[in-house]
Amino acid sequence: MGQVDITHAELPVAVTPDTLPVDELAARLRAICGPEHVLTHPHDLRTYQSDGLLHYHVVPPVAVLPGCAEEVRGVVAACHELRIPWVARGSGSGLSGGALPIADGVLIVLSRMRRVLEVDLVNQRVVVEPGVTNIAVAHAVAPDFVYPPDPSSQIVCSIGGNVAENSGGAHCFKYGFTTNYVTGLEVVLPDGGVVELGGKALDAPGYDLLGAFVGSEGTLGVATRITLRVIPAPEAVKTLVAFFADVQDAGRAVSAIVAAGLVPAAIEMMDALAIHASEQMAHAGWPTDAGAALLVELDGSAAECHERFGELEGLCLAAQATGVRVAQTEAERAVFWKMRKSAFPAAGRISPHYFVQDGVIPRTRLPEVLGRIEALGVEFGLRVANVFHAGDGNLHPLVCYDGNTPGEAARAEELSGLILEACLQAGGSITGEHGVGVDKLAYMGRMFAPEDLAAFRRLRLAFDPDGLANPGKAIPTPRLCGEVPGPYRIHPLEAAGLAERF
Amino acid sequence: MATPSGSGGALAPPTVSPATPAEVAEQLAGGGRVRPVGGGTKLAWGAPGIAPDRELSTAGLDRIVAHNDGDLTAVLEAGVPIARAQAAFALHGQRLTLDPPDGGGAATIGGILATGDSGPLRHRFGGPRDLILGVRIALPDGTVARAGSDVIKNVAGYDLAKLMCGGLGTLGVICEATVRLHPVAEATITVQAHAHDPGSLCAAARRLARHPLELESLDLRWDGPEDGGLLLARAVGRTVERSVRSLRDVLAAAGLESDQIEDDDELWAQQRDRQRAAPGGAVVRVSGLPADLERILRAAPSAVGRPALGLVWVRLQPDPGALAELRRAVHPAACVLLDAPEQLRAEVDVWGVGPGTELDLLRRVKQSFDPAGVCNAGRYAGGI
Repeated sequence: MGQVDITHAELPVAVTPDTLPVDELAARLRAICGPEHVLTHPHDLRTYQSDGLLHYHVVPPVAVLPGCAEEVRGVVAACHELRIPWVARGSGSGLSGGALPIADGVLIVLSRMRRVLEVDLVNQRVVVEPGVTNIAVAHAVAPDFVYPPDPSSQIVCSIGGNVAENSGGAHCFKYGFTTNYVTGLEVVLPDGGVVELGGKALDAPGYDLLGAFVGSEGTLGVATRITLRVIPAPEAVKTLVAFFADVQDAGRAVSAIVAAGLVPAAIEMMDALAIHASEQMAHAGWPTDAGAALLVELDGSAAECHERFGELEGLCLAAQATGVRVAQTEAERAVFWKMRKSAFPAAGRISPHYFVQDGVIPRTRLPEVLGRIEALGVEFGLRVANVFHAGDGNLHPLVCYDGNTPGEAARAEELSGLILEACLQAGGSITGEHGVGVDKLAYMGRMFAPEDLAAFRRLRLAFDPDGLANPGKAIPTPRLCGEVPGPYRIHPLEAAGLAERF
Repeated sequence: MATPSGSGGALAPPTVSPATPAEVAEQLAGGGRVRPVGGGTKLAWGAPGIAPDRELSTAGLDRIVAHNDGDLTAVLEAGVPIARAQAAFALHGQRLTLDPPDGGGAATIGGILATGDSGPLRHRFGGPRDLILGVRIALPDGTVARAGSDVIKNVAGYDLAKLMCGGLGTLGVICEATVRLHPVAEATITVQAHAHDPGSLCAAARRLARHPLELESLDLRWDGPEDGGLLLARAVGRTVERSVRSLRDVLAAAGLESDQIEDDDELWAQQRDRQRAAPGGAVVRVSGLPADLERILRAAPSAVGRPALGLVWVRLQPDPGALAELRRAVHPAACVLLDAPEQLRAEVDVWGVGPGTELDLLRRVKQSFDPAGVCNAGRYAGGI
């Protein structure tokens, strides 16, 4: 057996938009899922042209909405037989274009598959179909158990999407990510085969393909049944918000909290502009002159939580907090969280347009990188609001711009790219939870060497040798294959001479 | 340098000891079959496989590359003994929350990751897959690839770090890993309860598992119907005394008397030791569910387990019949034979992965990373 020359192996896709046998394909899909669940009219298809990242859009030639795992298997097998690529989509709330349709393939929409199949609290497991929303899982196990991963979009986002993206949320610092809670998957492989990865039990013999599949952005197959681990709800939860003169002071408070050995369930930071924006939606009455707000939540046993909460307040004050508010009621705690979770939509109240960035840095580099972002904002003449998961070092700068002012969108995009560059220079990552999708494909070569990308392709080839599953996403294919569907746009890093497509 | 064990008296192959990841990759691409070796404490895991042409020791990769105490992360080369890493982290009040049996200090980070081994701390902190953030691996094509990152949150690229955990070095050699650290435990107290009947032991374990106390560890020990078993819950924190009272109340409500042990390190060292075979014996890891525990214990002559996780390590006589009987009794829970005499590992299916789509996929992954079968050939599931 010879070595596969993976560096130059193209993932072959045999069909182009011109030769796509739409009629034949649609007929096959109608036979599998029923005529009412196969869409071919542009008017119907436009609903699905984008995911949560609206500036990318592609109208797919066909969308199909299977109602069960067997129908998904049938659809994928038909695509394999006809050598037609496909994209799976959950709720379409992703922020990296991971569920962006392709012009020469099928969009498989999983939103009809929303049954909670089993709630097994003795074994602390829940089994769901991929279209079930994150919040529905939380409700299925409440009040005695919780499902920790809680992305801000949890009311709409689907568990299937969470699995594809390895979604995080505000409580990852203590509790981890989706990948730490998926124990089993039934997966339809790109050749139409069905495989069980893991199950309800842990440590299934063989490679940890479960770990490899979670976060693979739909490029290795479609998960049709998902088994999740849930945990006993903490006995007590206590939340405070501390205000600081600037984000540097707030950053030092985070370091002090961590150095004291506290492991808060959440440590979230907002800067002055983000507070200003959120205040317009959540009306929490936070001081308008605060330079930064730090939302910290402790949970655990009631005694331990109480004991350490006093210490937490002391650490905030010692780090020059200008004020500390403790949520006295569940309603007040909800308002604190509303301030944090409305930050993205609230940016729309202070700016006609904005880019949401998602980068990660080592937490200790926070003051330095925030300083760099601030300097970039000044240099570009654009406002940048910062909200982030400070415990994880996961930044979400919101780059505000007015798309009606010529050139401003391009400047904002360039600034957004330079923020990622600053994250990489600090030893971080280009994405902490939103994924690579199409949006960050061109940055993969900045974070990873060609040998790293070649190793990723080895995994891809094992699952999807024909390159039919979500092509053009997550992992760049060699040379020009990193280009995204739709109109080509020069990436800011390319324009700046910092990156090139490969 | 550790010497290989369980090689059935055959001549030990020559050992190479590369000093850099690039040199490891050169060895893998240099022709012939390679067996990676760390501290040599788990060489008796897996099928005996095909005799390697040389052993590749990670002893030359022994640097603690970075301990970023403010970020609670560390970068470790594969050959660093976990005991040495823990001593370094402890100077800053931190630890890697992995506590598998470490063979008297010989077990290395690379070996622990490659075998997916863990100890009682897994109850609260998860296993190697949950604590690894990034990895640098040497591959049979002669390249060195990195996956993951050095920060605690990252979703760029496939998570090859998890793929390597528990892969027994059959896809490539882990050269370096970035891991997440935690603060050291403050005062701990262990609550211990005894029962003769596996039913009441498991019922009490289920109650504790769903109690919202954040236990450091929750274990059980089973010595057969004559001697019965123990339930061990290790409480931690500033308010540990209160947690202990609460635990003992739960156990009393479950009908078990309990006592508390403040000097509890030895107790937990015993739990770890019993994840290994008795001299000349065998040990099997059973992947069950909390609700299956009683059935597993009734089939086990002697065992330790993590009841909230459903994982049980059963000590058996080194006899194919004993393994077959256990598998039959606990079906469909997976049973993997861990350390055992070579003769037994040669006679039985160590991994228990039958033919089917899953095994086909495992083979395709192996084929894609190691098409020529350079790394640990024949030792993994399905003869991989």
